Parts: sequence; structure tokens; C-alpha cells
Amino acid sequence: MKSMNYLYAAYIATWVIHGTYLMILARQYSRVRKEMESLRK
Amino acid sequence: MKRGFTLLALVTALLLSFALYEALIAAPTEQTMGNVQRIFYYHVPSAWTAFVLFLINFVSSIVYLIRRNPKADILALVSAEVGVVFCTVVIVTGPIWARPVWGIWWAPGDIRLTTTLVLWLIYISYLVLRRFSTSGRTPVIAAVVAIFGALDVPLVYFSIWFFRTQHPSPVIGGGGSLDPRMARVLLINWAAFMCLAWLLSWTRYELEVAKRQVEEAQALESLLEGSR
Repeated sequence: MKSMNYLYAAYIATWVIHGTYLMILARQYSRVRKEMESLRK
Repeated sequence: MKRGFTLLALVTALLLSFALYEALIAAPTEQTMGNVQRIFYYHVPSAWTAFVLFLINFVSSIVYLIRRNPKADILALVSAEVGVVFCTVVIVTGPIWARPVWGIWWAPGDIRLTTTLVLWLIYISYLVLRRFSTSGRTPVIAAVVAIFGALDVPLVYFSIWFFRTQHPSPVIGGGGSLDPRMARVLLINWAAFMCLAWLLSWTRYELEVAKRQVEEAQALESLLEGSR
């Protein structure tokens, strides 16, 4: 594997990790919101 | 509050884009390692950001143990979780950088690598404890675990000074000389990652507050139903 490929792999891995965490937060947020709405009813 | 969050999100997005440009294009190419050295601009700032978050976790845990303030408990949880995200980046990008430079993905027994992995495992254990323990004493136990966990942070940073390791010397206080142009790009990337950490922590903090409010409301509702 060329050195540039390692560089791209590291940068992509970083953004995949942050993106995954953001997705987890978004899912948790929508779940809490649903629970809040059901409590209001 | 909402306006401040939007402003922070905007600043973070701009700073991250600028930092990426600086790291990949503007920074000079290192003579020995070549372009693969540019991993440095993500690897090192991620480590520093994780250390700052673990320090916040340490201080919040002490405050919680002294004052039993729920806000300090939430801050401890949030900083540990976001810290683990940044520490994961360090654990993943390290071997990707090591493979073309050292010829191996991981140096077993290397003190810097081992202590970093132990640090990551300690905070993973902390998060597992917080997620699955149903005891009312969980925040107290977690705060004690966090204080012990934080002791590993200086060990990770200064291990290079006291033990033989393949890992390069620390950029700050390590005695090495870094090209001023590289140092500038490094600091820009650190500022960008700190803004990202702040944004993620803010989001996670609000989420945790909302979660606890829902749990309290659900407990109250079931109590009222039980008394009817």
C-alpha cells in the first residue's frame, strides 16, 4: 500500500469515528424526543 | 443558547475545513516520512483533546464526590464519553501511521502504546459501568474509577521520558524541534478538534439532561398510577 493510501485511511477513519458517534447521538435524541411526546399525551 | 450553539457549529465547520486544507496542502512535506507524516495533524491533536476531556472528567468527578452536584456528574459522564471518541481516533490512526514508518502495525510491550490502550480500556470500563449499573451508588463508584483512570494520563504523556520506546518524543516539552510551519498547522488542527469536542459535549450534555428529565417523569407517572 502506498504511503498516500495510509494517509487517506487515517483521515477517513477519523471522520468515520466522529460520524458514527454523531449518528448515535442523533438516534438517542430522536428516542428521547419520542418519549417526551408520549409523556405529554 | 440556541444561537450560541449554531454559532459554535458554524465556527467548528469552518475551522475543521481550514484545518484539513492546512494539514493536507499547506503544511510542508516531512523529508524522512513523506506525506504519511501528515497523519500527525490528526493523531496528536486528537490525543491532546482526549487528555483535556479526561482532565475535565477528573475535576468533575472530584467536584461530584465533594458536593454531590448532579451537573458535575453529567459533565463527568459527557467528558468521558467524548474523550473515548477522541482516544479511539488516536488508537486507530496510530497503527495506520506506524505500519509504513516502523514496518509494523503495533509494537507489543511498547510503554506509550500500552499505556494509551490501557487508558482507553479504563474509560470504556467507566462508560460500561455507567451504562449498565442500576445501583443508586453508580455515580459515586464511577467518580472513584474516573480518579484512578486519570492517573494514567500523565503516565501516557511522560512515559517516553522514562522508558525506551519506539514512539517519538512529545511535541511539547520533549526537547525535539518542530518546524514552525508544522507547529502552526498542528495548533490550527488542535483548535478545530477542541471546537468539535466542545460541540459534541454540549450536544451530549443537553441530551443527558433531557434523558434524566424523561426518566424522572416516567418514575413519577408510574408512582401516580400505583397510588390510584
